[in-house]
Amino acid sequence: MQNRIDQLFAKKQHGVLNIYCTAGFPKLNDTLPVMTALQQHGADLIELGMPFSDPLADGPVIQDSSTKALQNGMSLHTLFTQLAGFRQTIHVPVILMGYFNPVLTYGVEAFCAKCAEVGIDGIIVPDLPMAEYESEYRTVFEKYNLHLIFLVTPETSEERIRKIDSLSKGFLYAVSSSSTTGKDKNMNDQQAYFERLKSLQLSNPVLIGFGIKDKATFDTASAYANGAIIGTAFIKAIEHSQDIDKTVETFISGIIQ
Amino acid sequence: MDIAINTGNSRYQVDKNGYYGRFGGAYIPEMLYPNVHELQTKYLDILSDPSFQQEFEALLKDYVGRPSPLYFAKRLSEKYKAKIYLKREDLNHTGAHKVNNTIGQILLAKRLGKTRIIAETGAGQHGVATATVCALMGLECVVYMGSIDIERQAPNVARMKMLGATVVPATSGSKTLKDATNEAIRDWINNPVDTHYILGTAAGPHPYPDMVARFQSVISEEIKKQLLEKTGSAHPDYVVACIGGGSNAAGAFFHYLDEEEVKLVAVEAGGKGVHSGFSAATTQLGTIGIIHASKTLLMQTSDGQIVEPHSISAGLDYPGIGPMHAHLYESGRAQFLDATDEEALAAGYELSLLEGIIPAMESAHALAKLKDLPLNTDDVVVVCLSGRGDKDLDTYIRNMKK
Ligand SMILES: Cc1ncc(COP(=O)(O)O)c(C=O)c1O
Repeated sequence: MQNRIDQLFAKKQHGVLNIYCTAGFPKLNDTLPVMTALQQHGADLIELGMPFSDPLADGPVIQDSSTKALQNGMSLHTLFTQLAGFRQTIHVPVILMGYFNPVLTYGVEAFCAKCAEVGIDGIIVPDLPMAEYESEYRTVFEKYNLHLIFLVTPETSEERIRKIDSLSKGFLYAVSSSSTTGKDKNMNDQQAYFERLKSLQLSNPVLIGFGIKDKATFDTASAYANGAIIGTAFIKAIEHSQDIDKTVETFISGIIQ
Repeated sequence: MDIAINTGNSRYQVDKNGYYGRFGGAYIPEMLYPNVHELQTKYLDILSDPSFQQEFEALLKDYVGRPSPLYFAKRLSEKYKAKIYLKREDLNHTGAHKVNNTIGQILLAKRLGKTRIIAETGAGQHGVATATVCALMGLECVVYMGSIDIERQAPNVARMKMLGATVVPATSGSKTLKDATNEAIRDWINNPVDTHYILGTAAGPHPYPDMVARFQSVISEEIKKQLLEKTGSAHPDYVVACIGGGSNAAGAFFHYLDEEEVKLVAVEAGGKGVHSGFSAATTQLGTIGIIHASKTLLMQTSDGQIVEPHSISAGLDYPGIGPMHAHLYESGRAQFLDATDEEALAAGYELSLLEGIIPAMESAHALAKLKDLPLNTDDVVVVCLSGRGDKDLDTYIRNMKK
């Protein structure tokens, strides 16, 4: 079967909305209800965070959601149990995002096999370097038809972006500014970088993430790329939600109307 | 003094990809790539530049007070029936070995054109050593420290402030050294251009473990010369050092790594006992994984979550060890022992009474294992006395037998 991420981008090249949520947050068993609501109300892609004790690339909001999820009892084993059978109802592509240590400890091949079994399409591991991926893990990910999605930043050289583009599958994750997640930086300052990315005519679609929080920032990002990723703003929205479905509906309609 | 430059083909030194055996590397997010890559490509050239070496040596001599003495501890030797020498890093300016590394890194930061310095600290020794060199060079200094450690180590917090540093509490996770390190790394991600991160131990992404080990290698370089002068041989039977992340041990072992007749002993913090649930004995309790961007041994749950260690000494309270030490452990080149809180306290009181030297709690862990080594009367033992105990007086006083 063709990877669902590729299917998505074959159909839709503009305004792709990817929403991030930490698994097991705000409550342990909210993972599936959140995913269901995201699909229902128009998210094109779902990025599920695998909580980690030491999320180096994340700002306070996503860190806290991770801590909370771990306190709720979330683990990779529990996550895979929750995800068993989710493909009966959820058809949008789903990506797991998390740090390399839990994956390494789970066993990289066991992890990939489990992802394929439950129906995961892609993986984002920000602290897995390109060289290690290429020499040690690429064949395993490809064997299970999992797309590894790499990050590029405003500081990434053109040569390196091209190399990353050649190793990435699915799409490229363009970090809007050199920062941890959830930093409020002015998107207008980033336009030269977005222009530069666009002019490179990369082989993968590009989604812009970090600092996308509302309709205005989503539209700006979408003007330069195939769409955008929202994380921190969504975590804030559902943190104290009494009614997940309603909260997700309100949140997404505020972005794509 | 020379910063060790030639790795030659040692089995124990870093390889060209930044690994020691299967440990090491740089597991960094892309946002850190420019900073870390810049260091990786430039550090060896900078360190081997004669003018850099000159500046480094001059500061170590006139500012830090090196060479630090190698002191024959007569009464301690009588007690343990061996020839015991103490490498007196406690006599350095700021009171520990940490300053060897911060002097080196601040000179490096200046050559890289950086104007802002960040650091993590546990006990506050590395924070003080960083704040000190920033004052010396007139650079802005921000030190991350776990909010729990800020309470435990008030005098060092005051010192850093007096030296002009900003101390930022790390309130995430377990609020100690590991989290302070996370916060420093996050700061670096957010300040990719003007900031240098002075990491305080032989851990973190390549090239830090190697760079820190080289700056600290002055310890074993001096030991060799001093021991030769005093005993006619540069080779002791044992070199003993405590190990948090592993910088004083790396420095004390460095020039002996390939001289296999010298036994290397690393002492980890056993806490309340290795299997008590309150320990920091990483080689016994740890498994391979990634901590602070290095593939090494670390303490973690079966789900890959990093756990909070325990030690009476804030400087050893770290859930990992540097990759060089993970490799020394796995290859059997160094022997890893652990000393409990109790044993370390007892060794601290003992050195005070026998030699008139109050050691840092960290260094007391190394001393605590003298009783467990199979020593002969002719054996020459060098213990790295990594720091002085001023910062630990509260702990010593609180635990004195009534
Ligand atoms: C006096 C002293 N010794 C040892 C250590 C442990 O660090 P390392 O293992 O890097 O030498 C510290 C850390 O704070 C220290 O202050």
